[in-house]
Amino acid sequence: MRHDHLIGANQLSRADIEAVLDRAAEIDADPSAFADAHPDALLGLCFFEPSTRTRMSFDTAIKRLGGDSVDMGTVESSSVKKGESLADTVRVIAGYTDGIVLRHPSEGAATMAAEFVDVPVINAGDGAGQHPTQTLLDLYTIRENAGLDDLTVGVMGDLKYGRTVHSLAAALTTFDARMHFVSPESLRLPRNVRFDLHESGAVVKEHTDLDDVLGELDVLYVTRIQRERFPDENEYREVAGEYRIDADALDAARDDLTVMHPLPRVDEIASNVDETDHAHYFEQAHNGVPVRMALLDSML
Amino acid sequence: MTDKQLRVSKIENGTVIDHVPGGQALNVLAIVGIDGSGGEQVSVGMNVPSDRLGRKDVVKIEDRELSPEEVDVLSLIAPRATINIVREYEVSEKLRVSRPERVVGVLSCPNANCITTEEEPVESSFEVLSDGVRCGYCDTIVRDEIADLIDND
Ligand SMILES: [Zn+2]
Repeated sequence: MRHDHLIGANQLSRADIEAVLDRAAEIDADPSAFADAHPDALLGLCFFEPSTRTRMSFDTAIKRLGGDSVDMGTVESSSVKKGESLADTVRVIAGYTDGIVLRHPSEGAATMAAEFVDVPVINAGDGAGQHPTQTLLDLYTIRENAGLDDLTVGVMGDLKYGRTVHSLAAALTTFDARMHFVSPESLRLPRNVRFDLHESGAVVKEHTDLDDVLGELDVLYVTRIQRERFPDENEYREVAGEYRIDADALDAARDDLTVMHPLPRVDEIASNVDETDHAHYFEQAHNGVPVRMALLDSML
Repeated sequence: MTDKQLRVSKIENGTVIDHVPGGQALNVLAIVGIDGSGGEQVSVGMNVPSDRLGRKDVVKIEDRELSPEEVDVLSLIAPRATINIVREYEVSEKLRVSRPERVVGVLSCPNANCITTEEEPVESSFEVLSDGVRCGYCDTIVRDEIADLIDND
């Protein structure tokens, strides 16, 4: 991949994506072959928002490549609390490290950070913006289970604020994918994502009811609808309840439907789905390490 | 001085911005960064009858020649504006606005969660689309309400 930074999935071509996924498959097959790939690489982990999976999988990935990480710790314990700007923070950390992984609550944070440093910046989530490394592991999981050609994908839940959704939608435009977006009216895709989908010529449909499309789907990607997106508890319960799936609901789906979720889930996928052949979200989470190893291998 | 004299009075040196959509004159001044505090002599005609626009605004700024870059930013709110650079009472240059690819530091992002709205050392930057603008940081697209984004600081 010939990019200095990874900010949004829209910067990735199909060839870029396939190169990372191919390398991830090699790594997955024989991780020990990559154990000394980057012995001197030091990765800076800058998480301005809580994260377990993403932070740990980057930490694991760099160590499995023979490198190491430094972690700025929580915002509460760092100089950010004293009012230091993000621009200053990343400039200092870039001075110690060979690359920066950044998660930040503001949209555009990674774009800005990349302007201030000369090491690669990897966006690990910027507010309701993008989360492109999640998308790479999502695509890896889709490729393993359903393939990336002639694909019908349903994406359900919080499409407005869901950064994993925004990145996945952008990346799927480079493949032969039909996209169905299922959400309450108030949480439809934001204007910029719809604009890009339209410009790309992708086949896109929007729905408020999963039943309209469930039977057609190869992949159903479920995201969490958060309480804070609604003015009151009752409205939240009422709306969120309509965008939950359980094993019974999946009777209407194709036998080979792959159900995915970026995790953490709360109750939008009932635990009885876990025992079905549809459940691929834990495998998806597992793929985070080889895919991030492949990405770091291409960027550092 | 009569109304008519005010409207047609010539300036010695400076810029006349004509054919601004009615009601946008103050936004034009905001875009070029004039709020009166710099001592510039400015006269504004608002809602002047116009054959082309029905009602138009006219802005005259003494002793200041707008650059082509400044003029292009005006295209966002006054796409049909005409700009005359005046030297010694004569029109010495006529400029037409053309849409720039990007405007930097002029508009502020309406997304309160955008990194450019925080205490960071960055200027706002918007890509100009055929029917709106798009924040270069958070990707927010604004179509109809561009004048509301003009940064008055
Ligand atoms: Zn913005």
